[in-house]
Amino acid sequence: MTAETILEVNNLTVDFFTRRGTVHAVRDVSFTMKRGETLGIVGESGSGKSVTAQAILGLTELPGKVTGGDVLWKGQSLLTGPGAAGTIERIRGKEIAMVFQDPMTSLNPVYTVGMQISEVLTRHMELSKKDARARALDLLQMVGISNPVARLDQYPFEMSGGMRQRVLIAAALACEPELLIADEPTTALDVTIQAQILDLIAELQERLHIGVILITHDLGVVAGVCDRVAVMYGGKLVEEAAAAEIYPRPFHPYTEGLLRSTPRLDIVEERLESIPGAPPDLRDILPGCSYAERCPEKTAHCLSNVPVLEQRGEGRRVACWNPRG
Amino acid sequence: MSLAGTPADDRQPLLDVRNLTVRFPAGSSGFFKPEKKFVHAVEDVSFQIMPGETLGLVGESGSGKTTTGRAVLRSNPITSGTVTFDGRDITKLEGKELRQLRRDMQLVFQDPYASLNPRMSVLEIVAEPLVVHGIAKSTEDAKPKVAELLQRCGLPVDALTRYPHAFSGGQRQRIGIARALALQPKFIVADEPVSALDVSVRAQVVNLLQELQRDLGISYLFIAHDLSVVRHISHRIGILYSGHMVEYAPVDNVYESPIHPYTEALLSSVPIPDPAIQRGRSRIVLQGEIPNPINPPPGCRFASRCPIVEDRCRHETPKLEEKAPGHFVACFVRSSAGVGVAAR
Repeated sequence: MTAETILEVNNLTVDFFTRRGTVHAVRDVSFTMKRGETLGIVGESGSGKSVTAQAILGLTELPGKVTGGDVLWKGQSLLTGPGAAGTIERIRGKEIAMVFQDPMTSLNPVYTVGMQISEVLTRHMELSKKDARARALDLLQMVGISNPVARLDQYPFEMSGGMRQRVLIAAALACEPELLIADEPTTALDVTIQAQILDLIAELQERLHIGVILITHDLGVVAGVCDRVAVMYGGKLVEEAAAAEIYPRPFHPYTEGLLRSTPRLDIVEERLESIPGAPPDLRDILPGCSYAERCPEKTAHCLSNVPVLEQRGEGRRVACWNPRG
Repeated sequence: MSLAGTPADDRQPLLDVRNLTVRFPAGSSGFFKPEKKFVHAVEDVSFQIMPGETLGLVGESGSGKTTTGRAVLRSNPITSGTVTFDGRDITKLEGKELRQLRRDMQLVFQDPYASLNPRMSVLEIVAEPLVVHGIAKSTEDAKPKVAELLQRCGLPVDALTRYPHAFSGGQRQRIGIARALALQPKFIVADEPVSALDVSVRAQVVNLLQELQRDLGISYLFIAHDLSVVRHISHRIGILYSGHMVEYAPVDNVYESPIHPYTEALLSSVPIPDPAIQRGRSRIVLQGEIPNPINPPPGCRFASRCPIVEDRCRHETPKLEEKAPGHFVACFVRSSAGVGVAAR
């Protein structure tokens, strides 16, 4: 089964020009996605995972700026070249949709949810108001909202966090996108509600055959939903592999450390493991591998040479001088 | 009723909470005949903590776990019930006596970015409780003690003169712990102390708390929404749902043989970071959401989402009963173990 590549992120680099110096938030990140694929981008705070997602959609916020690389959507440039601005305007929300972490601030408090979903439909699909409302009703039903007719006329504050996240997913799916980017969609939710939303994403992905990029700090969340996992650290992509491969056999020492320090409900350990130290300061990039400071496998070579993301086996890439495996 | 430990446990608990109820006024409804409304934050909650042990208090948002922790510290008004600390009823302590009690009970906050004053040096932050309680004459005077506390919490010596912004989240939480330790408390309420931290550093802080317990014999009330971290640090677990304690048992009972259907569902909702296991798990996905705590309807609070609900559950509130030795559950329907973690 070889599906076509729909998204190509090439050498993406994003800098934030702050008063306290330039933060190199995303550094030379490249990956591709095929139609219908599910990719989990995993990283801790400051790893650049959310900034990558925002850049794909052309939503980099000031003082941030894409300073290098490009994003191609079905071969068309979204960030550079003539007409890129127009292309991304047309595609964002329609072919590529997104869901963000905080379901309260992503919805407009002064419009009913029906109006907010309809707006997407009238804008991108050129539906009449009446048709848009009927379609909004279908969408609310599809994302499992009970009593959808009444819910259409409610305001976001009248709903719980889980329900608001369902509304956002409904709005994101309104134009039948080919790719859904979900940035920490369950982080603000309780664990029983998180399970509902993850199930919903997995079910919709299967039913509608859309691609999903799930951005999260939680390796557990990715395990149930994604086929492929990309791990980011210090603004760089350090490892990428199939989910079935990376969990039992991580190649990058950071991936391994992260897996070990994620406490597991099903395993009782005497002492929890952690990674010593803290993530790097992205204003002040040291030469060499940014993980070297915390890495148990580091050698003198690692401190002065930046490892390149290299192919290691089928569909697997690692940026490390001393990988496992 | 002996709530903590096994039946053979005749030690005196450090903390004994009985029938704790906390209600907050929430305005009134109706214009002509105003009916006062109350948020029923914590209802009839009882638990005990033994010296040198940890109770993990687990619940989702709105379950009343933070309110319980604050009520125990007497930072929240208590509507009814009693809190006994070290053999002494502290429910109504005031003034000087309450201030003295506060030496023995400390709080570690969730957010290490918001809980440390950015304009104070680490020395000033950690020395403050010592100066306030008259143990040190001045900040300078407290310096040797503070240096010792920082070292104990795994911070570099030069931290003294630096300010919070110079530290990472994990180090800031260490500063918060050093401050809590300054008065040599017997008991610490740790309110989600690692939730705001990155996964890779969480264990550093959990391990520090465990070391301190082992060396100093401190008891913890460890408040969490994360079932996987709490398993590693707790001796007993209390599961709160919408202000009610639904299950209260030794840690292994809760994870391996949970009785309450909510506990069972909660355990099955926590994703396991291994696709081979996670994709094959039979999970109980709860429908619906937590009921509104303002003047809630009678009956079991979990009834609206419970997969095994019966008619009775909608009218009567189940009491916490001992269904197995040391294992307390508030449920009319279930009295033997459900499915634990290992079996999924």
